[in-house]
Order: sequence, then structure tokens, then C-alpha cells
Amino acid sequence: MEFASNITAAALFQQVLVGLSRTTILFIVSSGLSLVLGVLRIPNVAHGSLYMIGAFLTYSIATAAGSGAFGFAVALLLAPLGVALLSFAAERGLFCHLYEREHLMLLLFTFSMTLVFNDLVKLVWGSDYRSLTAPGFLQGSFSISGLPFPRYNLFLLVVGPLVAFGLWYLTNRTKIGKIARAAAVDREMVGAVGINVSWVFAATFVIGCYLAGLGGALVAPTQNITQGMDHTIIIEAFLIVIIGGLGNIWGALLGALIFGLTDSLGILIWPQFAIVFPYVAVVIVLLFRPKGLLKSTW
Amino acid sequence: MIRALFSGKLLLVAAVVLAVLAAAPLMLSRFYVYLMALILVTGLLATSLNLVLGFGGMYQFHHAVFYGFGAYALTLMLTKTGMPAAAAYLLAPCCSAVLGLVIGLITVRLTKLYFGMLQISLGSLVWALAYRWYSFTGGDDGIHGIPIPDLLYASTSAYYFSLIVVAASLLLMYLIVNSPFGRIFQGIRDNPERCRAVGVDVVRHQLAGQAIAGFFAGVAGTLFVTVEGSVFPELMFWTLSLELIIMCLLGGWFVFLGPMLGAAIIVTLRTFVGIYTEYWTLVLGVVLMLLIFFLPEGVLGFALGKARPAAAEAVGEK
Repeated sequence: MEFASNITAAALFQQVLVGLSRTTILFIVSSGLSLVLGVLRIPNVAHGSLYMIGAFLTYSIATAAGSGAFGFAVALLLAPLGVALLSFAAERGLFCHLYEREHLMLLLFTFSMTLVFNDLVKLVWGSDYRSLTAPGFLQGSFSISGLPFPRYNLFLLVVGPLVAFGLWYLTNRTKIGKIARAAAVDREMVGAVGINVSWVFAATFVIGCYLAGLGGALVAPTQNITQGMDHTIIIEAFLIVIIGGLGNIWGALLGALIFGLTDSLGILIWPQFAIVFPYVAVVIVLLFRPKGLLKSTW
Repeated sequence: MIRALFSGKLLLVAAVVLAVLAAAPLMLSRFYVYLMALILVTGLLATSLNLVLGFGGMYQFHHAVFYGFGAYALTLMLTKTGMPAAAAYLLAPCCSAVLGLVIGLITVRLTKLYFGMLQISLGSLVWALAYRWYSFTGGDDGIHGIPIPDLLYASTSAYYFSLIVVAASLLLMYLIVNSPFGRIFQGIRDNPERCRAVGVDVVRHQLAGQAIAGFFAGVAGTLFVTVEGSVFPELMFWTLSLELIIMCLLGGWFVFLGPMLGAAIIVTLRTFVGIYTEYWTLVLGVVLMLLIFFLPEGVLGFALGKARPAAAEAVGEK
């Protein structure tokens, strides 16, 4: 095993950028999970499946609308909306009858949704993997002191902060965001002042799932779209949400940064066990702060 | 106390069930013997999970890791060291118990969902190691063709071995659940603050519970190796852990033998539905949804609770 023998400053910089673009995806997905956890108190295992459905939908829509920049833009717009629609149906049809149950039942229920969703994906798209190429102007890469950096990753680095700002605006400056934050702290009181808590929950759930779909749509051109891509992302998102503090969106950002950077730097240091680095980082964080880095809404 | 636990009727039922299970290989084909062995192993695993989940009230979200760890421990001892097989069979579950203790030391500081999610993350770390460490664990391929001792190699002898070990383990776990320790453990589930107030060391009891559950999961892991002859990282993947929770839920987690029944139903369903359709998980998902909506106390819990509440008491309902 090559152990950290040839790390140059340029390679380090390159890996940090790769890690940051990975962070973007992780943040978008885990902030949605965190939102649902914070307000509805549901550990939504189906979040990963929605991410996968988002990726598959992006592939189908982009292919149907012609694979150019226009098709990709349309897919990026419509695929997350499709996921949001699906989650809305699931929430109003099934989930909203179960809010009084304990966490464990809700977790298992979302797991049952995962099982159903995954087989539906298999039914619709088959078990082959798909790959989507990014539109022309996002293809290729430019060089950073001699090392290539994909253009698409730069695009992700632009999208990430935009989504973070959008979320901040939504939760802090809009009425629905403020109501949702209030419902996270004290749902009885929110109900008592005459707000329909059930619909607040529905809206939060749909927004959270939209973010899962958006993450899937954004990740689609960077990797193979396969069955099983939900398994890894959901564990990663769970870990990020835990080390950030349950329900805290900025905690999700911090957690995604830690996870994305340890992952990409791990590849540089010890490629075979790169997968282990983020997990070790999580364990170290939790040894010192068992309830996460930032304040949880729980 | 022992006499109170084993009424004549219970002993009679147990003896009949054991006799039927012992006679089964004489009239069943190899496939069914293998299936029954798999049910026994999975049932033991689900029951060990229920020790902490149903009786301890701990959100044990990643129990499969102890199962896989025991299986890997046995495999590595059999393939990489020259130690006698009997010693390996005894030592492997102890490895799982130690892992339970180590993970427990980090997780028991937390409760409920935090506990469960932290356990998933620590368990995933173990999984990731097994998944990537090609030179040691075989990576994602796993290890196949494990040298099982000759005595246990045939499928019927593997079945009988599993039957004996599972029966002994169930007896031990039944005794543990009904021991003073088990009673305190259930007390902690129902009201940790009050237990602390009367002087119970909650953390130490929960740690012991983790180690015990880990041990029996490890036993199930060694049996899996015996029956299957191979190990692979999926044994400690988190989806298996959630399936185990489903088994407990399906059978009923306040009843001692509930998880066993749940495991039997799930393993049988998977085997036979899997023959007709590749969409087995869709079926499982729908079954689980219906279960959560209409039968949250499980099949056995429902049957016992509806038919004879007193009987439920006798089988170990809280």
C-alpha cells in the first residue's frame, strides 16, 4: 500500500475541491433528511430511495428531452418535482395516519416504503445501470496547476451555496419556514394558535424529499445510476445528520463538509481504506460530542 | 422460581416441538432441511435482538453487525489459525460479545433514536472494514469453502447441530429474561428514571444486555457459517438489521418466541415468493405496511392477547 508518499500541494488542492463538490451532494440530501427529522421526528429511511428515483427520473427526462443542455435543465427542474409529488402522495395517503406512533414504528414504515420504492424502480427501469452525460458546456475538465478538475464539479460548487442560501431563506424569512421551526419545538402550541399542523408536516416532508430528489438529479451525470445507490447515501446522510445535530440544517452542512473532505482526502492518503476515513471521523466527533456538533432541535 | 417458569404444559409443548423438529429430516428433502436450519439460525438471531429491543427497550438498529462479526470471527479462526474447531466455536460468540460491549460503551450514553443511529454508524464502520479489507476478510466477495469440521459437514448434521445449539440458547435466553437481571432490564425499559432512583445502575445493565445480545447473535453467526459454509459482508449490512426488526415486529416483541415465529414467516416467504417473482421485497414492503397499520403487536402477540391474556403472561409477556 502506498502510504501518503507523493502528496503534492496541487494534488491536495484538487482533492479538496473534489471533496467540496461531494459535500454539495451530501449537504443537499442530508439537509432534507435533517429537515424531516427536525420537524416531523421521522428518521426517513426512504430518503435514499427518493434520491435514487431522482437520479433515474433525471436520466429518463434528460434522454426524452434530447440530451443537450436544454434536456438536462428540464430534467434538473422536473425530476425533483416528480420525487416531491411521489412523497406528497405517500405522506397524505399513508404517513399522516401514523404520526402518533413511536419512532421505531415510523422508521420501520419508512423502511417498508424503501422496499416498495426500490422494487418499483426495478419494475420501471430494470436492473441495468444507466449513465447520463452532462451537457456539452459542463463536460470535460480544466487544469489546476497541471491536474484535471471536472467542469461539472465546478457547477456543483456553484449550486451548493445557492441551495444553502435558499434553505436559509426558506426557514428564516418565510412564514411557512417559521411555522415549521415552531412546530419542531412545540407542535401542540402551534396547533393551539390555529395552524393546521398536519399540513405543515406535509409541506416539510415534501420539501425534505424534494431535496433528496434534487441531490439525485445533481449526482446523475457524475456516476452510474444503479440499484443500490440508495444504500450508501442513506447511511452517509444519517451519519452527517447525527454529527451535525438532529434537525439542524447548518449541522448538516458542517457534517457534510467533514464527511466529504475526509472521504476525498482519505483517497489521497490510503486509497484502499478511503471508505473508512469518514466513519472514523464520525466516531471521533461523537466520542467528544455525542449529540452532534451543533444544537439539535430535539 | 425455576419451577414456576416451567409449567408442565409448557414442558410438554416444548418436548413435542423438539421431537417434531428432530424427526423432520427423516421425511424431508435436503432443501427443506436446509431451509429449516436457516429458519432456526435466523430465529435465534431475531430472538437475541429482541432481548435488547423488546425486553430492554433499546433501539438496536444494527444488530446484524454482531451476527456478521461472529461469523467472520469463526471463519477467520478456522481458515487462518490452526486452533481446534471446538475452541473457535466457543471463542467466536465471545468476540461478538466483546464487540457488543465496545460499541455499547459508546452508544449507551444516548437513548432512543440517537442510540440507534449511532449504532448504525458504528456498525457500518465494521461493515466497511470487512467490505474493503480484501487480504484479511476477502472484501466484498467474502470467504467461501470454509473448512467446517467433518462432524458437522453434512446438511443433516449441520441441522441437528443448529437445532441443539438454538434450543440451548433459547433456554438460556428464557432464563435470562426471567432472572432478576432480566426483570430489572425490563424495568429499565419501562421507566429508566425510577430504576435509577431506586439505585439500579442503568448503564451497567444496558451494557450487560448489549454483551449478552451480542453473544447470542455471534452464536447465530457461527451457525450460519456451519449451515452455509461461507461468509460475506451482507451479513452485517444495515438492511438485514432492519429486516430483523421486522421479524420481531411481525412475531410480536413482547412475547419471548414472537421473533422466532416472525423469522420463520419471513424466511419461508422469501424462499417461496422468491421462486415466483423477483419482486420479493415489494411483497415484504406491502406486508410490513399492512402489519404496521393493522397489527402493531405482532401475530403471536395478537393471537395470545386476544385469545388468552393469561397465556400471554405465561409465555413471558411483560
